[in-house]
Amino acid sequence: MAETLHERAHAAEHHEELSFWWKYVFSTDHKIIGVQYTVTGLVFLFFGFCLMMMMRWQLAYPGQPLPLLGGLLGDVRAPGGAIAPDFYNQLGAMHGTIMVFMGVVPLAVGGFGNFVLPLQIGAPDMAFPRINMLSYQSYLLGGVVMLVSFFLPGGAAQSGWTSYAPLSDIAPMGQTAWLLGMVFLITSSLLGSINFIVTTIQLRAKGLTFMRLPFFCWAQFVTAFLLLLAFPPLEAAAVLQLMDRVAGTSFFLPTGLVVSGQVLEVSGGGSPLLWQHLFWFLAHPEVYVLILPAMGIVAEVVANNTRKPLWGYRSLVYSLIFLGFMSFIVWAHHMFLTGMGTTMASFFQTTTMIISIPSVVILTALILSLWGGAIRFNTAMLFALAFLPMFGIGGLTGLPLGLSSPDVFLHDTLYVIGHFHYVVAPGTIFALFAGVYYWFPKVTGRRMNETLGKLHFWPSLVFMNLIFMPMMIQGMAGVSRRLADGGQTYDFSDPVMGLNKVMSHAAYGLALAQIPFFLNFFRSIRHGEPVGPNPWNATTLEWQAPSPPPHGNFTEPIVVHRGPYEYSVPGAARDFCPQNQPVGA
Amino acid sequence: MEIPYTVEARPDTGLTSGKIGIWLFLASEVMLFGALFATYIMLRVGAPEWPVGATILNVPLATLNTVVLITSSVTMVMAWASLMRRDLSKARMFLWATVALGGAFMVIKAIEYNAKFEHHLYPSESTFLAIYFTLTGLHAFHVLGGMVINAYFAGPGSKLWHTNPQWLTNRVEHAGLFWHFVDLVWIFLFPVLYLL
Repeated sequence: MAETLHERAHAAEHHEELSFWWKYVFSTDHKIIGVQYTVTGLVFLFFGFCLMMMMRWQLAYPGQPLPLLGGLLGDVRAPGGAIAPDFYNQLGAMHGTIMVFMGVVPLAVGGFGNFVLPLQIGAPDMAFPRINMLSYQSYLLGGVVMLVSFFLPGGAAQSGWTSYAPLSDIAPMGQTAWLLGMVFLITSSLLGSINFIVTTIQLRAKGLTFMRLPFFCWAQFVTAFLLLLAFPPLEAAAVLQLMDRVAGTSFFLPTGLVVSGQVLEVSGGGSPLLWQHLFWFLAHPEVYVLILPAMGIVAEVVANNTRKPLWGYRSLVYSLIFLGFMSFIVWAHHMFLTGMGTTMASFFQTTTMIISIPSVVILTALILSLWGGAIRFNTAMLFALAFLPMFGIGGLTGLPLGLSSPDVFLHDTLYVIGHFHYVVAPGTIFALFAGVYYWFPKVTGRRMNETLGKLHFWPSLVFMNLIFMPMMIQGMAGVSRRLADGGQTYDFSDPVMGLNKVMSHAAYGLALAQIPFFLNFFRSIRHGEPVGPNPWNATTLEWQAPSPPPHGNFTEPIVVHRGPYEYSVPGAARDFCPQNQPVGA
Repeated sequence: MEIPYTVEARPDTGLTSGKIGIWLFLASEVMLFGALFATYIMLRVGAPEWPVGATILNVPLATLNTVVLITSSVTMVMAWASLMRRDLSKARMFLWATVALGGAFMVIKAIEYNAKFEHHLYPSESTFLAIYFTLTGLHAFHVLGGMVINAYFAGPGSKLWHTNPQWLTNRVEHAGLFWHFVDLVWIFLFPVLYLL
């Protein structure tokens, strides 16, 4: 089947008239697939954000009818228009799942990786174009399964994005859909990661050695290894949980488990802790899957807009590799409170402290790169600059969580939520926005509007901090992350309850701040300022192809003569020397 | 547009893209089965008592299956070796033989499963049976996948021979690597589940 699809798609590529389906839906061109991923990822990102806005209403005004949407949700989800606790749990679980697995990763890896990586290494396409297409389709299918699960009896998955057993084992049908959806998403990232690694190894242009690779490619390369090796254990876990739910096994159900006052009639003997081990063995590397491509994007934008080479390229690369390796042996720092023992806890807190070192090296190198630069403050650069302190806050607030004794107090409080959202929201998502503004001219041949861009950036920065800073204050006061009423039932949370309204209104402000982005994005596709192939005067190879690049990418054979960031080379005619410009020319 | 290094090896890496791809895929498979074996260890260590596999499972049938699967690995290598000697019809014969041996494995496995079900030994019965059915079931899916791939190269996929014999040889080699891996998983499963 795939064979014939490909043949027809291939035949279509050689004809003047491409039907819409073969050009945009069953395309094997990495650029189209990258755009498919980006657009789908942005849609899911927005959808996940909408789920969150509904939750934030409930947290700020518990029990009050949800404006606009309340009446549409039905009596089961929202009796009288107010969100029911069960539905709140679905919103929470699906917000996490959608943002991580269907929003940020597909954007960062599937979107930017697919579009930019082959161009940056001077390749005509990915090594396996058809597998690339399958990877996107599998992702889309997984996404659809997840969305449909909202309409199953009992609703979507509601055991948190971590799906902790045994709660998830006995949850309604939506959890089975979650597991099936995850199997599709895992398949997608597996196919994608193989493609990325092989493409990077095999299709580099002549002269492009590994130490001449742009940092973005290195980030994608290491990320692909994490996806390749960390996802299969989650697939194993998903299979085991499916067996528990469908075939009645007890992998995660202990003997004598009591549910609603009744001892569960199962064989027992399972281990709830096993799920946590398998899940976090994926999900900790997954954290680095979220952040490494973001660092890659920021590095590209920073080097280009400071007009000087990245500070410490080699230490950046070595830190990245070390980070990727270490990310496989820190997972149990999510499990300090499970009673796994102090010896294990000591081991994992030590590895956790060690892994913070390469992260700090990378952040420091990026900040030092600004030193003495003639910085251009365009929108892409603003987002990249904001990434640095935001990721810094996110990283530093993680240290107390990585040490087992402060974690006893902070575990499962809103502090944790504040911490990782600083890493992922104003961290990774800002980097993704930087990437959208930076590579938009390459995709469309037109630049996005700078004024609208700044209208997007500044309010987003303010609102992001207004959402997540109060969250950490609430968490330090001891408010749990999973309360459908925001913690009102507990007296001790009284002094910090007022912050819920601040955060919720900031979240709605953040939604409004995205309007200039949507306007700018869609308007610029047709009406943006037309630009040439290299509007930012950049050195890396993607800017040496036409904008937008044709099928096959480059109009002439590419030979690389230089490192990736030769900006402001003394004695050069211009302040940038493209990688394919011969030395001495 | 041609993607380079699909048929010819890239000089500085000495490998075709497909070869690297299949090894990466196998690495991820190692992580998949590795996680399941780790599950087995964790559940067994935590269990108050654990049955000896031979008291529940049929060791002679599993031994026969081991022989069948190892034989199929031999025929798989012969298929690839025939292609290297540019003998398509022999290669197709060996590929079909591999598919048939895979089918024999599945039939024997089905007989084993059936015997269990007749005695009401279902996955929900005990942790041992749960992990037994999960591991062997997932392995059987892999055997089935390998059979489909091999049947494709023995049947419609072999048309590639007339336009690009080297490419077909490479692809059969990659299918063989997968097949040997599936075989290897069984070599681990057999002692772990039946004998220990």
